[in-house]
Amino acid sequence: MDLNDTPEQAQFRAQVRAWLEEHKSEAPGRERLDNDDAINARRRWQGKLAEGGLAGVTWPKEFGGQGLGPIEQVIVNQEIGAAGVPGILDVIGLGMMGPALIAHGTDEQKSRYLGPLLHGDEVWCQLFSEPAAGSDLAAVQTRAVQQDDGTWKLSGQKVWTTYAQFASFGMLLARTDADVPKHKGLTMFVVPMDAEGITVRGLRQISGEAEFNEVFFDDVTLDADAVVGSVGGGWGTALTVLMFERLTIGLGGESFGYNADRFTQAIAQDAHATKDPDVRQRLGEINTELLALRFQSYRVLSALSQGAIPGPEAGLAKVTTVKGAIDAGELIADVLGPDALAEDSEWAYMISFLPGLKSAGGTEEILRNTIGERVLGLPPEPRLDKGVPFSELRSIEKQGAAA
Amino acid sequence: MNLELTDEQVALREAAQGALTRVADLEVLRSALEGGARPENWDLVAEQGWAGLLVSEANGGVGLSLFDAQLILIEAGKVLASHELLGHLPATVALDAASYAGTADYAEGTKRAAFLPVIPPSDLEPSWTTQPRGGSAPAPAPTLNADGTVSGDVAWVIDAPGADLLAGVAVDGSGAAKTVAIETGASGVSVEGPVLRYDSSRLLGHVSLTNAPATVLEGADPQRAWYVAQALLAAESYGAVETALTVSVEYAKERFTFGRQIGSYQAVKHALVEILRQRENAYAVLLYSGYSYEDKPEEFAVAASAARTAAGHAFDYAARTQIATHGGIGATWEHDAPLYFRRSQLSRRLLGGIGASTDRVAGELLAAAAA
Repeated sequence: MDLNDTPEQAQFRAQVRAWLEEHKSEAPGRERLDNDDAINARRRWQGKLAEGGLAGVTWPKEFGGQGLGPIEQVIVNQEIGAAGVPGILDVIGLGMMGPALIAHGTDEQKSRYLGPLLHGDEVWCQLFSEPAAGSDLAAVQTRAVQQDDGTWKLSGQKVWTTYAQFASFGMLLARTDADVPKHKGLTMFVVPMDAEGITVRGLRQISGEAEFNEVFFDDVTLDADAVVGSVGGGWGTALTVLMFERLTIGLGGESFGYNADRFTQAIAQDAHATKDPDVRQRLGEINTELLALRFQSYRVLSALSQGAIPGPEAGLAKVTTVKGAIDAGELIADVLGPDALAEDSEWAYMISFLPGLKSAGGTEEILRNTIGERVLGLPPEPRLDKGVPFSELRSIEKQGAAA
Repeated sequence: MNLELTDEQVALREAAQGALTRVADLEVLRSALEGGARPENWDLVAEQGWAGLLVSEANGGVGLSLFDAQLILIEAGKVLASHELLGHLPATVALDAASYAGTADYAEGTKRAAFLPVIPPSDLEPSWTTQPRGGSAPAPAPTLNADGTVSGDVAWVIDAPGADLLAGVAVDGSGAAKTVAIETGASGVSVEGPVLRYDSSRLLGHVSLTNAPATVLEGADPQRAWYVAQALLAAESYGAVETALTVSVEYAKERFTFGRQIGSYQAVKHALVEILRQRENAYAVLLYSGYSYEDKPEEFAVAASAARTAAGHAFDYAARTQIATHGGIGATWEHDAPLYFRRSQLSRRLLGGIGASTDRVAGELLAAAAA
């Protein structure tokens, strides 16, 4: 059992650390991204990181990356964390959109988009989820209709879109054929976010803050070459993105800041609570799960070092993260009392954030279905939408509701 | 970073699987619950070299790591084998640390030791205590008398009946904890048992010491054996969770209701995935306990306590879910599920109980936070 770097990894780590030591004085603070100055500072910092080889670590060299593996990405994440500087701004673009373009894009798309994406000059957003298509992503209703001149007209609404308010481009999943079963009539597009007919609106959450957006498309015109992959092949491209999403989350580890040390510290402030058997039972159980998560992430790293990609069971770590943090929020607020719910309290913020996080990236129920079926080999639920053209689904749903 | 099993560990595990199939027989456990003989597998333990797993080569053992021992306990837990290792291995850790004369006999398995579960102090309870015979009030630890003998009672000692030696903590007149070894053949030692409680694979006894001659095991860390016992019980519980999950998943694929396999229902599927989640977490903290034993001894107490907590809860949940998944048949004498349930019920309450381990996770981390 070895938690240490191999000599090659240690050398890489030293190199990353040295770069950060030399450049960290140029890094911006980790303040909120609610004004142009803050966003632009983070864009420039991402550009610096890219020049230093600390962004696009796993991207192929021909696209400006380092051509290294996920374990080196983790080393970079760890060293950036240890240096106390912000990481890249465009996690979604670098982690998911760029790799999907590399896998499915045309040569023109790659040479046009990848460089500015990598350097933070153009930020990307992911336009997948809709009000009626979340866990059942293939149910998207946003329509793209090809015109006689080859261009596309786009109409519909997307939701939960991070960074839409300052993104230059989005990768959008739209329905291009409603007369075939739902997974087949989808196409992926690159959407310039400054196109006419696009409205971005902040989506306020429980905390009152708007960390996500709704994006409306009202007859937006897209060029013929905006298609990523093939027309009707959008689901395959989407699966590539979702695979990279799982990897990005899997490499994130304790990056949400939900860890045993932080929660224990909060309880330790209250001398009475530290002697309360009920508080201690709850704290012990929460910390057991959070310690398990830490070693779970080491297991993922260990598998990655051996060249394996984490399977769907890695999603269980997300369930445990959310559960542990919800339980910790409840406990800390029980101990601190109503002050924990003050508007400026870190705990109020966490407590507000978690109910939504539970469904982020697919609800917990869908995650358990996927893991039950793909890891344990359990049979799937019967479905009513298999093989049915998308245009007929609504009437089947109505019959189901009436039955 | 490498947490994969080594080739040696894979071989060790496969050898254990092979050896244990020869003795694993749930029929014997059932009949032992009805008054039949309890399965005795010490010969196998000795023959496989498991008795000396945690004893250094210098003292006649094989000097493997705690995690290697945990791998064996996982395999034993899968098939509910009785093995006497939970009592023996923690005791040998203390014997080895002090290079006790005759340790080689215990490492070879020609003699068998049992660990006296005396509970280390915590931030809430400053004294060494023992689990009471009944109720919840802590009982006192044995005392190390001025003449070097030991007196006191220790209830619920795993694998005590038939053991040649008992090792555990006694407290001297100044309040200092000393690890002592007591040969059971000596005067003043009485072991009541075997005591059968609910799980016929488990050998239990109550130890009573009256001015029993003892040897102080100088060099043995008084706390270490306690946490070794916790980490081993955690491994054994984890193994049982693996079986409960496998068996339940197979049944959920075979059994049909309303024209569907029951595993296709989310209610069943999600419960089985919850076993998997808890099992994965338990394995992660088992790794932590094995790792810290070697490389981060200052974290071993919290790691072993967390392992016990996670594996114990996983076993509770898995044992109940296995029964529920099987419907009525799962709650009958015909099925194996009740044997796993019985094991989980007793395991939860031995070695101080799971709640105490959970409390210790909190106590250790609160102490670290205050430091």
